[in-house]
Amino acid sequence: MVKVFIYPATSLILSDMVARFGHTPLSSAIAIRERIQTPGLESPPLQITPEEPKKGLKWAAVEVPAGVRGRMSLYGPMVEEAEAAIIINDADLSFGCMGCARTNELIKFLLREKDIPKLDLVYPKNEEDGVRFVAAIKRFLDGLGGAK
Amino acid sequence: MTNYTPVYPGTVTKYVIVESFTITPADLAIRAYEIAGEVIVKETCFGLVINGKEEDVTRIITELRRIDPDHIFTKDRGFPPGDARRCRASLGGARPGFHGIEYEMQILPYVSHGLAEIRKRTIEEIPSPASPLEHPALDIGKLKKLMEAQEP
Repeated sequence: MVKVFIYPATSLILSDMVARFGHTPLSSAIAIRERIQTPGLESPPLQITPEEPKKGLKWAAVEVPAGVRGRMSLYGPMVEEAEAAIIINDADLSFGCMGCARTNELIKFLLREKDIPKLDLVYPKNEEDGVRFVAAIKRFLDGLGGAK
Repeated sequence: MTNYTPVYPGTVTKYVIVESFTITPADLAIRAYEIAGEVIVKETCFGLVINGKEEDVTRIITELRRIDPDHIFTKDRGFPPGDARRCRASLGGARPGFHGIEYEMQILPYVSHGLAEIRKRTIEEIPSPASPLEHPALDIGKLKKLMEAQEP
């Protein structure tokens, strides 16, 4: 099983496709679950503590806003762990505040810099697009090997 | 500062989302309850939220998928079901994250069609989608259409 980073990291479709075709999706839920299930001091709602922006310094410089660095402490380790990536380029749903927007740009930059197999797609807009979309993902994931 | 103790440590939570003409979340919930064992199953408007040990949740999802494999989708969730930090019963309005699912649910019929078709057709013969990273020059036909669409 290959660890596949999905972008948008909250995508239902990509998360399902990767798991369905026998690999492990790396999504934001995994990083959030890790924090939600770790005992410590209460820091609602996401258990993000002041330590997270410090950890984010590994991926973003100190002058980058703390919001971006805090988010990168969730996504950065997963980007490093990823052995492949599927990126949807017209994912309007991942648009949020400026912190989200800049983090998204940084995630995509880090993925493009990394020497791993990548698949770039856009959301299907009709049934024939849907067939091509699913076939492209299946071909890509089968090509990675090691499917469960 | 207060201490934080996780509610269901060592468990996983997954969404099961149904976008089908023949299966409703209630049908899935009944089937899930039949085979549940030691897991929490919560029915929602779009499907189910299942929480429990990873192997139990995987077993139930594998079983549920068999009902309608092309129309049942799954996704990880960070919070357990009914968590006050996320549940709309305590927050009001749509749950954070719902809008993402709502957006992708409009696309699920095309994906379901694709999943059905790749079993009927040879996958190598299906052309690849156009790469979004390529920016081709503006097609002359499209330019003409744009010019004609201009107000005089």
